[in-house]
Amino acid sequence: MSCCAPGTEAALDVASPAGPSREEVRFASHNVGGGLMQTDLSVPAIHCGACIQAIESSVGRLAGVEDARVNLSTKRVSVRWRGEAPPPIVQTLNGLGYAAHLFDTDGEGKDRVLAELMRAVAISGFAAANIMLLSVSVWSGAEDATRDLFHWLSALIAIPALFFAGRIFFRSAWAALSHGRMNMDVPIALGVSLAYGMSLFETINHGPHAYFDASVSLLFFLLIGRTLDHVMRERTREAVTGLAKLAPRGAMVVRHGGSHHYLPLPEIEPGMRILIAAGERIPVDGFVVRGSSDLDCALVTGESAPQAAVSGTVVRAGMLNLARPLTVEATAAAKDSFLSEMVRMMEAAEGGRARYRRIADRASALYSPVVHLTALLTFLGWMAATGDWHRALTIAIAVLIITCPCALGLAVPIVQVVAARRLFENGIMVKDGSAMERMAEIDSVVFDKTGTLTTGVPVLADANEIDAADLGIAAAMAAHSRHPFSKAIVAAGTGLPSVAFDSVDEVAGNGIETTLDGATWRLGRADWAISESHRGHLAADGTVLSCNGAMRAVFRFEEKLRPGAKHAVSELKARGIDIDMISGDQPQAVKAIADKLAIDSFHAAALPGDKAEHLAAMAHERRKVLMIGDGLNDAPALAAAHVSMAPATAADIGRNAADFVFLREGLEAVPFALDVARKANRLIRQNFALAIGYNLLAVPIAVSGHVTPLIAAVAMSLSSIVVIANAMRLTGAAQAADVMRDPHSPLAQTTLAEAS
Amino acid sequence: MTNLVVLIPIALLLGALGLAAFLWSLRSGQYEDLDGAAERILLDEDKPDGEEVVRRRK
Repeated sequence: MSCCAPGTEAALDVASPAGPSREEVRFASHNVGGGLMQTDLSVPAIHCGACIQAIESSVGRLAGVEDARVNLSTKRVSVRWRGEAPPPIVQTLNGLGYAAHLFDTDGEGKDRVLAELMRAVAISGFAAANIMLLSVSVWSGAEDATRDLFHWLSALIAIPALFFAGRIFFRSAWAALSHGRMNMDVPIALGVSLAYGMSLFETINHGPHAYFDASVSLLFFLLIGRTLDHVMRERTREAVTGLAKLAPRGAMVVRHGGSHHYLPLPEIEPGMRILIAAGERIPVDGFVVRGSSDLDCALVTGESAPQAAVSGTVVRAGMLNLARPLTVEATAAAKDSFLSEMVRMMEAAEGGRARYRRIADRASALYSPVVHLTALLTFLGWMAATGDWHRALTIAIAVLIITCPCALGLAVPIVQVVAARRLFENGIMVKDGSAMERMAEIDSVVFDKTGTLTTGVPVLADANEIDAADLGIAAAMAAHSRHPFSKAIVAAGTGLPSVAFDSVDEVAGNGIETTLDGATWRLGRADWAISESHRGHLAADGTVLSCNGAMRAVFRFEEKLRPGAKHAVSELKARGIDIDMISGDQPQAVKAIADKLAIDSFHAAALPGDKAEHLAAMAHERRKVLMIGDGLNDAPALAAAHVSMAPATAADIGRNAADFVFLREGLEAVPFALDVARKANRLIRQNFALAIGYNLLAVPIAVSGHVTPLIAAVAMSLSSIVVIANAMRLTGAAQAADVMRDPHSPLAQTTLAEAS
Repeated sequence: MTNLVVLIPIALLLGALGLAAFLWSLRSGQYEDLDGAAERILLDEDKPDGEEVVRRRK
């Protein structure tokens, strides 16, 4: 594996605007006692051992830094430092080539739920192993006093397991019952506690059969499933929240006396004047009072071309200042800005998702009454037949134990964990299992354009038609600007000899002017670069390069498609899925992309509310829609969709609204996620069939009173193993085939690399 | 029967030791960065600051 190159470049490109400033770092640090401050940073580009060493050694050497620790799994760096001002951590990381983002820990610290689950797994595992040891002795013929001793020991060992490990199920079952609902934990809690109670009774009365092993190993198996489920969700959550925070946490406010103060976001009020440096995002809605620049509105409106901003231009929170410093007067506080408007729309849009009931819940709603009724009927039946209440009760409890939904409890989570792992290996993160179930149901996909189907970065369309000398000069000029078009020209001109100018001047809103050997070169808007006398019959528009007012070259730009976009669209069509595109951009830009990708249905110039309404209308037609988008303006639509997906470069709010987040560039992630979800869905249904089949076999044996603890243990373990083995088929070769079909896709290359 | 009196407590004690070791390793944060732990074994441990960091992380 080559070190650091691919990930780092991508991350740098995304976050080249400087990263958090030192004031922001100080706001985000928290005191860990003893005068020590801790700062947590998310550094998405960390990916190997060399990264760990480079970061820990150079950040650890900074003055005031007590220690620096890299966490490779979560891609975070936590630094503890002393003193008044934070050490230049972010700058050091940037110097090493890593983009760093502040990470809001919200004082959460360690994952308490996971720690509790792990403790419970450990204790129940210990108890299950030891009780099984004693049980095997009993099954193989221990009698009388020895058997009683073993039963008593088992009872003793089972107590901490029931107390620590069982608590998790008892709590959940109680919560469900007290709200008048049923869940899978109710039969589990009932089965486990009744099995223990009956076994204790048998032990006191020197009975031959005790189910301590069944009750404890049941807990052990179920806890494994539950822990895996939790780890999967937690890992995703961390990775998602750990990504770049796009919203600023504060802003430089200019006071009346001209003094500058860095204020946290909630303290900014309408009327304040805010200084916005080039490369910063605008924190609140307002209008420009001084300066002129270009704004990247892709996240806010979906428009791909940058917009000029001059004095008086109205700006919205989330826009990115590209070229020059601006002074903006706030017209709304942060909580009333564009972003918050989106949050309100998202809350209103929350639709299909809230109504969706997970497969496991639907199954348990059917399963629990049947099981309890069977046990009750067994008891009544044996009472009527023999009148021996002890025997009737023993058999009824045996029925409960053997039908305890061990396999059923594992049927769903184990498949989803394996599926989530497959997706994770391919750079896709899933929020939770329900997202995967909903994904398997979709029949249409709605794409956003800017930033989703396209990279949002323009490229030079006609680089081959431009004279190399002109392109070289243009590239050297463009290197002085951060405008996206300039970056495209620089990218097209890499490798050409560089030119040293006598003077360089960037004229905001127009372009760049330089002098070279007495000649004046201009790169920028045509009506500015080309003088009146030379314009003549030429229609002056677009971006041109001129020398002393005479035109030398015209540059045309086009939006670059995200890699794999074509492949993804055709793959989805091949699976019989309707494709739709909805964008806030201008109609001609939208149509160009739609034609390129052969998408028949598209909507342009859509406001955020229009997008959400469009999705609500589709849901009304009973269509199950997957929405894929990245901007702030997509967030309500992402929330309104049946299931949603966002690239890792999306705005925070969109990423948090999405069920799936894909980390790699390519859109192959979409058909891949769909395939895995569909396959997982099939396996879940198979697992249910297996679990039900097992019950159909086992219940008659239990009802007829022939179940011994040995049979119960074997039957339960066997059914769990069968279900787990079936889930593991998801990792098999059948899945890889789809990705491999296109050997050039990045997905296929990674999978190949992993396989070799 | 008499050998059981000795052997069963020994078996339980060994099991409990394993359990205690696991709980200790869980509490001291050894499962927080499994990928990192796999990579760190390749790093040069001679450096004093590297050791220091590892020791202090309790």
